[in-house]
Amino acid sequence: MFEVVAIYAYQILFSISIFILISLGLAVIFGMMKVINLAHGEFIMLGALFCAQLAGAGVPLFLSIPLAGLIVGLVGIVGERLVIRYLYGRVLDTLLATWGMSLLIVGAVTTFFGPQTASTPQDLGNISLGTFSISVYSLLMILLAFALLAALYLVWRMTRAGLIVRTTMQNAAMAQALGIDTDRVFMLTFGFGAALAGLTGAILVPLFGASPTMGAFYIAKAFVTVIAGGPLPLTGTLAASSLFGMIDGAVAYLTTSVLGEISVLFVAILLLRFLPKGVTRGLKGRV
Amino acid sequence: MAILTTVGLMAVPSFYDFAVQYDISKIFVLALLALSMSFLWGYVGILSLGQTAMFGLGGYVYAIVAMNSVDTATAALIGIVCPTLFSAVLGYFLIWGRIGDIYFSVITLAVTLILEKAIRATSGDRFVIGKVRLNGQNGIPGVPSLEIPWEAKATLFIDGVYYLTAAVLILVYVGLRLTLTTGFGQVLVGLRENRRRVELLGYDSRHYCLGAFVLAGAVAGLAGVLFAVWGNFVGPSLFDLDRAAQIVIWVIVGGRMTLAGPILGTALVVTLTTWLGTQGVGQVTLALGAMLTLFVLLFKKGLLPTLSELLSAVARWAASRRAAR
Repeated sequence: MFEVVAIYAYQILFSISIFILISLGLAVIFGMMKVINLAHGEFIMLGALFCAQLAGAGVPLFLSIPLAGLIVGLVGIVGERLVIRYLYGRVLDTLLATWGMSLLIVGAVTTFFGPQTASTPQDLGNISLGTFSISVYSLLMILLAFALLAALYLVWRMTRAGLIVRTTMQNAAMAQALGIDTDRVFMLTFGFGAALAGLTGAILVPLFGASPTMGAFYIAKAFVTVIAGGPLPLTGTLAASSLFGMIDGAVAYLTTSVLGEISVLFVAILLLRFLPKGVTRGLKGRV
Repeated sequence: MAILTTVGLMAVPSFYDFAVQYDISKIFVLALLALSMSFLWGYVGILSLGQTAMFGLGGYVYAIVAMNSVDTATAALIGIVCPTLFSAVLGYFLIWGRIGDIYFSVITLAVTLILEKAIRATSGDRFVIGKVRLNGQNGIPGVPSLEIPWEAKATLFIDGVYYLTAAVLILVYVGLRLTLTTGFGQVLVGLRENRRRVELLGYDSRHYCLGAFVLAGAVAGLAGVLFAVWGNFVGPSLFDLDRAAQIVIWVIVGGRMTLAGPILGTALVVTLTTWLGTQGVGQVTLALGAMLTLFVLLFKKGLLPTLSELLSAVARWAASRRAAR
């Protein structure tokens, strides 16, 4: 009995942590900066791809994961300088331009690396739980997801850098008048969000592999989570991830993973019918 | 101009072979899909990225009903009604809560992506509707062509499909044009210009937005039915992200604030992608991505409005020259 409960809890936590991971970068870029980044899935894909390439070249996995995140952050900064910076404030145009970027990245990756799936082995082994066995790597991933979210929250609320970013996003003109280089803040924040997405891809690659079109699998989930989360990007992401992760985990465990995703979208649309501003709407200004 | 184009297009089958007619009919069908988006986006100001959902539903419903040996005209009708109802339900949930415009775009995109995933997961013997296996990834081959109602056992051939799609495209274009001149259409354009002001005049924007969304859904569903008739095939790619992106590109390239622009944009971009598709892997997506980004950054209005601005500038210049002389 205990085993069944434990495996069930594990499934749900696993599913929640995936929702958190794939939404983190988007919570920064969309939730904080209001840039509808449709290239988010491709940033995740690039992270997975670079991690697989680095690990394939002999770099140890625990090093190639942060390195891949860093490289994607640089890619994000290049994209911001070339395209996004002309579009701040024009929300719809950021959606279209980043969609163009996403197609560009998929096309470029397919041209240079080919359409096949790359995978990376991890050798952390399994722990057995009665008749079930759970991979140690996925347990680490769950811890990492919550740790990353907590760290991001602390940086956002407690540090000077977080304060500067919040000021800039709230009122760029005022921030500029106070002597903040807002152009640089926008650039770095976008790069930071991209790096988080890349990190996610790198963390997920030992579990799911990397292929040029994998971005499309995550983009819908990530946006639904951040939108349902509402005006508080991080608290909202946690709340929405927990809700959707629970639904997805439970339904996918009992039936199929596709039905899990459909039920998540269904619940999200129902939720937005009654809370069109997201679940943290009532909490604004308090947390 | 419009009449000349129409006559020219109607004469195509007498001069060109079936391969050309086949390619052009595809453009007609896809142009319908582009119209359904540009009507919503250019005239009402709501961007639905989920028009592929209605498109795919239309195609699948037509295929399933027609292959269960119902006559094809009825199947086509059901194929239009189902996506229309679907867009009414989806539209109700999204529009009635007054969700933000941008959220509307993203959620509609999520809907079509999830539908694609659901369809892809339907391989195997468990997923059979009537006599039809859904086949998941591989799609349903052998979708019947439209039967000609007044001739027993006769189906539309390539030239027939050509005339049908051309006629439907012209009818839908004229129909949407006329809709925009009615009171309903005027309110829609008003909503695009200033939603709050229209609301203060006593119109409930939600009724109008929902009406426009359902109308666009019906057009997209019709396009889906015709696409199934055209290719005798439906597959999950009807719903996918690539197609959703391509509609946006057709509309942006042609010019979203017009109805003729998206038709032109569809013709140009589809021709280009078909040609690029013969050149190698990955390059189509690369070119489409570059095109989308460039148009958003540099030619926001699209080709047709940019062209007409250019023409009027030239005309003004010529007039000033004449006046000077």
